[in-house]
Amino acid sequence: MPELDPRPYLVAGAALLALGLWGVAALPHVVRKILAVNLMGTGVFLVLVATAARTPGEVPDPVPHAMVLTGIVVSVCATALALALAQRLQESGGGLELDGRGKEAAGPAPAPDPECGEPSCRGGREGAS
Amino acid sequence: MPAAAAIAVLVLGPLLAGAAALVAPRAGRWLGLGTAGASLWAAVALARHVLASGVIRHRVAGWGAPLGIELRADGLAAFMLLVVALVGTAVTVYAQHYFRPSACREKHHAPSAERWFWPLWLSAWTALNALFLGADVFNLYVTLELLGFAAAALVALAGGRAALAAALRYFLVGLAGSLLYLMGVALAYASTGTVDLSLLAQRFEAGPASLAALALMTVGLLAKGALLPLHFWLPPAHADAPTPVSAALSALVVKASFVILARLWLEAFAPVASPAAAQALGALGAAAVLWGGAQALRQARLKMVVAYSTVAQIGYLYLLFPLALQRPDNRGAWTGAMLFVAAHALAKTAMFFAAGNVLHGAGHDRLRDLDGLTHALPLSIAAFGLAGASLVGLPPSGGFVAKWLLLGAGLTQGQWWWVLLLAAGTLVGATYIMRVLTHAFTRFEEDPVPCPVSLLGEGTALGLALAAVLLGLGAGWPAELLQVGAPVAGPLLPGGIAP
Amino acid sequence: MIARAAVAAACAALFAGLSWVLLELPVPSGLTAPALASLPASGVQHPVTAALLNYRGYDTLLELAVLLLAVIGVWSLGRGELQDVDLSSRPLLLSLLRLTLPALVVAGGYLLWVGTFAPGGAFQGGALLAGALVLAQLAGRGRAVLGREAPVRIGLAAGVAVFALVAGGLALARGTLLGYPPGQAGTWILLIEATGFVSIGLTLGALLAGGRPRTVEDRDA
Repeated sequence: MPELDPRPYLVAGAALLALGLWGVAALPHVVRKILAVNLMGTGVFLVLVATAARTPGEVPDPVPHAMVLTGIVVSVCATALALALAQRLQESGGGLELDGRGKEAAGPAPAPDPECGEPSCRGGREGAS
Repeated sequence: MPAAAAIAVLVLGPLLAGAAALVAPRAGRWLGLGTAGASLWAAVALARHVLASGVIRHRVAGWGAPLGIELRADGLAAFMLLVVALVGTAVTVYAQHYFRPSACREKHHAPSAERWFWPLWLSAWTALNALFLGADVFNLYVTLELLGFAAAALVALAGGRAALAAALRYFLVGLAGSLLYLMGVALAYASTGTVDLSLLAQRFEAGPASLAALALMTVGLLAKGALLPLHFWLPPAHADAPTPVSAALSALVVKASFVILARLWLEAFAPVASPAAAQALGALGAAAVLWGGAQALRQARLKMVVAYSTVAQIGYLYLLFPLALQRPDNRGAWTGAMLFVAAHALAKTAMFFAAGNVLHGAGHDRLRDLDGLTHALPLSIAAFGLAGASLVGLPPSGGFVAKWLLLGAGLTQGQWWWVLLLAAGTLVGATYIMRVLTHAFTRFEEDPVPCPVSLLGEGTALGLALAAVLLGLGAGWPAELLQVGAPVAGPLLPGGIAP
Repeated sequence: MIARAAVAAACAALFAGLSWVLLELPVPSGLTAPALASLPASGVQHPVTAALLNYRGYDTLLELAVLLLAVIGVWSLGRGELQDVDLSSRPLLLSLLRLTLPALVVAGGYLLWVGTFAPGGAFQGGALLAGALVLAQLAGRGRAVLGREAPVRIGLAAGVAVFALVAGGLALARGTLLGYPPGQAGTWILLIEATGFVSIGLTLGALLAGGRPRTVEDRDA
């Protein structure tokens, strides 16, 4: 097998991580944030696989490969759970945007529904976010 | 019980119980109580082993580092496992009360919440136990993810838009943090060929790779540990979650990343971590103490006050770094910080339980409408007050001993600015506690608490608060435990006085 | 506005700094040599499978727990819909399903088995099994494959349960968590992988439904 230079892959991994981080922090739409997290994950896995390829010899290092396998599974599970949360969020009314990186309410919490303190009360009322 | 068996019970017990709780939901409470009992027993057994024979290293599947994964039971691990077992038992017991159907009002959680609470909570318990025993940074990543999944789903159990938004935000911040941490792990492996903490300590040389790895892992763990300025997800998540979940999150989950960070800075990356960076971490902690306390003063809801109090108290923990890094006399700082973890865990759990009792009894937690609570819920208010005493640091509570040790460390090392912070933070803390208590001690015209709160709910709150207050009296044994295998030196108190 | 610029700048700095560090990394020897050297004792012949199920098997145990937890989390959020479409009016689709579903299951089983000495194993096979379940759900036959909750729950939990019981049993018997007896590692690994294969496939397939499937009894307990 011809020798592949792993360095472009290392840089690509760093780029994906940085781009994904920007996406999670700066994009308000939840599904885009979830996609951005997946980007970050892909970046890390790319770096790990490139690391495995850098070691000298015929056989690539199996330990980073095992780590990537674990990481991919965790990533899929995370995406599934996040999407389920997003779906229920949408069903509760009010759209799919989380304000920026989640600025808390400036000042005291807004006056809640007088009959209900814990926001779990039915009615889909928006609590302090 | 041999050490290996204790480790197996601690890690595998809650895991099997959680899986069983999925298949047989009606057995959920019993599985929870059984796990609590087994975890307490195993944690005590492990602690006695560690005190008797020192650090225990367990090579899973018989392979040692670097090829395999090693678990390590040192003093800190055994100590944290005890804290988890204690607080976990309290949460399990309180949950029996919390999920009981109430004739008085519709409960503040989705109708089917209990059947999911047990598998989620037991999985979180597994993650916590596995995390504190971990000595392999990649393994710690997997445990962090397990914990994050469980915690986010537990927050969402409350139902309703606010809880879902809080859960999703918490989850996403946690995922981003874990992935930054994982990139740090990848860098560590790429530059040293291992992911084991002790081997990293031997192989790491000061240089750009180790610095970058430490930076990435630190930022990721700070996001999960809610240190200012990455704390924004915590107040809604802890306040809007079901009460036993709020307690578990504030007491245990948020401490897990701190403990990993402490191990990284003081052990694996010790030659690389710079004192200047440690001071920066301490400064962020100081900002958290003051800012979190100030925000707690402005909150209209009781659970939000308690949640912001967590933000503030977490700040104290980060004083460990400037006071313990690369110091020849850091035993006091180490012991103080870890005792603080335990004292805060007990006190904060008690506080959340008390707040939950108020919420259940009154139907809301708006402070301005909670006059006269002392007459209606005396035990819960007493619990809140006692827990507050520990948070503020009144003798003989655990909080007092912890702050005293940190104060001593600050004085011996000439870092007097942390002494000032401890004083200022204590003042702010006392203020927001008193604000809540003044509401409780006023007169009322009509009963603020229409629904009765069970003795179990009030009793667990009070019991934990008493434990927090009395921890200071019984701190000798835990302090001794904490020294085993700790990266510290020097006397415990200034002047070399033994505790 | 300033906050967004600051975030963008921080991420750009992250990219630049990380790339530079990655390019300047020394090349250590990695763990290839020890992994290959210990391969005969590991019970399998492929180094990645050995790393997953033996050297770093504890990570895989926790990872199966993450899988189970994901399904529990998704199910705790609400119900999901499984369809029960009558495909007799769509003979092409029906024939396609009848051909591909068994083929996918068999291919998954093959991948499970071949993992012992080539790339493959429980996760790879499980992914194919999940593909079969996804195909069935997309074709409207979800209720037929996932509709009975009790067997599904048991199937989901089985992977973790078997792995944890093996690990714990070996800890009590031999003093080491997951301490395979010499010479028997291959058998234990096959047992763990086989149950894992079923669980992984079921988990990933069930996640598509987005919630706890409604059963015939439909008790919203």
